[in-house]
Amino acid sequence: MKKFAFYLLTIVMIASISVTCFACSGSTDTEDQSGNVLPKQTRIRLATTTSLYDTGLWSLLEPMYEEEYGVELDILYAGSGIAFEYGRNCDISVLTIHSKADELKFIEDGYGMERIPFAYNHFVIVGPADDPAGIAGMSPQEAFATLAEQKSSPFISRGDNSGTHSKEKAIWAAAGYNYSDITSSGSWYVSAGKGMAPTLMHAGEVGGYTLSDIGTFLANQGNLKILVDSGSIMLNVYSVIAINPTACPNTDSTNAANMVEFLTSDEVQALIDNYGMSQYGQSLFSACFGNEPTE
Amino acid sequence: MNDLWGAFEQAIRLIVSRDPEVMNIAWRSLWIAAASTAICVAICLPLGSLIHFNKFRGKHLLLSLLQTLFSMPTVVVGLFVYVMVSNSGPLGMMGLVFTPAAMVIGQTLLIIPMMLGLVISSFSGVDKAVMETATSLGANRLQAYTINIKEAKFPIMTAVAMGFGRAISEVGASMIIGGNIKGYTMTLTTGISQYVSMGLIEQAFALGIILLLMALLINIAIYLLQKRRQYVWFPS
Repeated sequence: MKKFAFYLLTIVMIASISVTCFACSGSTDTEDQSGNVLPKQTRIRLATTTSLYDTGLWSLLEPMYEEEYGVELDILYAGSGIAFEYGRNCDISVLTIHSKADELKFIEDGYGMERIPFAYNHFVIVGPADDPAGIAGMSPQEAFATLAEQKSSPFISRGDNSGTHSKEKAIWAAAGYNYSDITSSGSWYVSAGKGMAPTLMHAGEVGGYTLSDIGTFLANQGNLKILVDSGSIMLNVYSVIAINPTACPNTDSTNAANMVEFLTSDEVQALIDNYGMSQYGQSLFSACFGNEPTE
Repeated sequence: MNDLWGAFEQAIRLIVSRDPEVMNIAWRSLWIAAASTAICVAICLPLGSLIHFNKFRGKHLLLSLLQTLFSMPTVVVGLFVYVMVSNSGPLGMMGLVFTPAAMVIGQTLLIIPMMLGLVISSFSGVDKAVMETATSLGANRLQAYTINIKEAKFPIMTAVAMGFGRAISEVGASMIIGGNIKGYTMTLTTGISQYVSMGLIEQAFALGIILLLMALLINIAIYLLQKRRQYVWFPS
């Protein structure tokens, strides 16, 4: 028995450590989902905003991209805040994101190449179906002002520096409020610190209001309802940015450029334009072929 | 309740059908935690022996520091390793960021304090006569340490089980260091939080049930090993 345990331990140790070494030698053979070993492949890392992942869009696009360009695509699922941080640390080669002001700053700071819009939709303000605060049909600014004055219905904020959170701050500013006054104005304002789908769940649980992109909302409606969906401030543009090789010499520029080309290709644009149509009766995104949408 | 029941059904279905994606995630969780535990054992047994059998200044301080680190938050370890292995960090040129290898480093660092502390405390349960006898019979230091480790094998096994348990169940470090990349660094725990954030509660629970089943099997195996050996060594 003594020997048996000793051998067992030794085998486990050697096996695990060799698997580790195997895994750490950069681009190695990888296994596909049924465990078959695939030939050596390049890996490219992309950070994406949560909404493109939570709606299932990347699950559809990932295998397409991998097949077309023969590289392994590693997708990091992150709020825009941490996605930019990955970019500044040179840990990714390309990012898909929806936070225009932050994107422009990222590029201006020298970390990103060009900002190329590839999809858009709208933000919506959602809340309980009986709408206790009575904001249905208002403009986004009016709706936010009403919630802030009443202080009786909870507002669940993403609170995670994501693109949606930036948009929320922009709406508070447009409604004439100082954001730090809002966050300290009482228990009606809840900073959830989590992704869009959990935030929607949170709002549903407490009968609260929240700001969401239409795509994630349609995929996670619960008992919430769209109350405000108009206003040019609600435009939500997703863009793709390749990391600047000057700032990050190790970035995979070729594959990052391929990704930009892929996302703006006619085939993928048509797919994005119809994505969700069969499941939700309306598409979650609109195509914009690399141009800034205006309406 | 619907969620829970549905989750249970789904977990059974995923296990029975050997769903390739789930099997992949479960296998990855298992080997990352096992590799971390193995490396940790390889470090802690010799280091623990050295600390236990040598008097030095600050030994008590070191031991209480180790105990403090038992409760080190996993995200702090994760953040530390991420900053180290990030391409802009000091170990960036090794290209380890968002790889399983980096996760092994993180989990190893996470469980070293606990395992080292438990190994040292299991040595203090060994009769001092064992070392004295071994030395007087001409054993050199290495041989004497080995004999001492063998004497303490049962509590050491418990320490290994606890270390493994902490490694496989932690989510914070794996999430930050591995980045939760599907098909590459997603583990059971980071997969659970991914599914929750996608609103797929049943799938999340199903992965949780699989994690618990794996931990259960491993603990049963360790229990049987201990029990069998006790029976052989100390027949009643």
